[in-house]
Amino acid sequence: MNTNVIFTYLPEYTEAFVLTIRIAWLGIAIAFGVGIISAFVLYFKIPTLSAIVKIYIELFRNTPLLVQLFFIYFGLPRIGINISAETCGIFGLGLLGGAYMAESIRSGLDTVSESQIKSASALGMTRLQIFRFVIFPQAVSVSIPALLANVIFLLKETSVFSAISLMDLMFTAKDLIGLYYNTVECLLLLVVFYCLMLLPVSIIGGYVEKKVRFGMFGV
Amino acid sequence: MGFEVLLKGNNFLRLLLGLGVSLRISVISVLISILAGIFLGILMSTDKPVIKLFSKIYLEVVRIMPQMVLLFIVFFGATRILGINISAELSAIIVFSFWGTAEMADLVRGALQSIPITQYESSKALGLNQTQTFVYIIIPQIVRRLIPLSINLITRMIKTTSLVMMIGIVEVLKVGQQIIEANRKVSPNAAFGVFATVFLLYFLACWPISLLSKKLEKKWEI
Repeated sequence: MNTNVIFTYLPEYTEAFVLTIRIAWLGIAIAFGVGIISAFVLYFKIPTLSAIVKIYIELFRNTPLLVQLFFIYFGLPRIGINISAETCGIFGLGLLGGAYMAESIRSGLDTVSESQIKSASALGMTRLQIFRFVIFPQAVSVSIPALLANVIFLLKETSVFSAISLMDLMFTAKDLIGLYYNTVECLLLLVVFYCLMLLPVSIIGGYVEKKVRFGMFGV
Repeated sequence: MGFEVLLKGNNFLRLLLGLGVSLRISVISVLISILAGIFLGILMSTDKPVIKLFSKIYLEVVRIMPQMVLLFIVFFGATRILGINISAELSAIIVFSFWGTAEMADLVRGALQSIPITQYESSKALGLNQTQTFVYIIIPQIVRRLIPLSINLITRMIKTTSLVMMIGIVEVLKVGQQIIEANRKVSPNAAFGVFATVFLLYFLACWPISLLSKKLEKKWEI
């Protein structure tokens, strides 16, 4: 183990770390957006749209991100759709995540029983009020653990971006190993940076999960 | 559109054989994970502090380390640190089993802990001994909870095996790339057709399994 080597590599890893985080959070933000919209489409059973959403969810949940990225990055330009590697990464992650988020949110919405909704409307609440005061608070507390697990899953999935030549952590590690053969140091840095990225999320996630568990009434 | 490439020679067969490589790795890893996971899960549901600490660290490592990083550590690191040469396929199996065992153990532990204590007490009150309690009361309930979840684990395993191309195993994606490269001149649009096919092949491999898992989950809902 050579500590000097570690310090020389630090700037490159930091740069890769920043890139990875940027793509990851943009992708996750899109995933939440897509997921929420898809979940609503399914929950309110909007015709035709909900069939499309169903197909989308099944397609993206049952294929690996690597294959999706290859298709978007190498396949789509052949029929005239050109996208940069970074955009491809962000949208790939967003679409994959959206399918997972949609399932988690929908299962949260589904836990609110029919009788509660009926009682609320018997009390004279409007549809919006029912959603705001009855469905939403319960659904959130039920879905949060699954949503957090999805966030961790998506952060981990960013490691495949190196395959479409984005200079992320994985790419940097592979590149440096190939150039200088300092395998041990490179792998150590790789692990450290992934811990930096995921440990905080995992710890905060555990804390949040404990907090919202008290909100699980009637489940 | 580039689909015609697949009809030339035995290109499509080669793709399917490539998918076979991924499926072989995932089936072996799944079998190891399920067996080791059941064993470890039972161990973890005991209250020994040493086991608790060990399993917490193990689960957290698996939870936050991308499988790709683990693959790199085993494939490149093991040679460098331990001086042993592990083939790419073996290192893939090691990593996926390491990951799957943790997931499976966590599922088993969750299922064991979800059985309320009253079940044990009532069967005792009915005069069943410990073996009978496990065979007739506990195991049937656990199996119902576990089977859908472990089937789900299989689809995740299959999807994750797509990563093995990054350590140089020739599987479906790599074969796809080879076909595209070989036909660059004759059909420049091959990338679209080939990758769309790979996408569909993965979907066809995973979708029936996840449908089955969903169906069983609904059927056995408690």
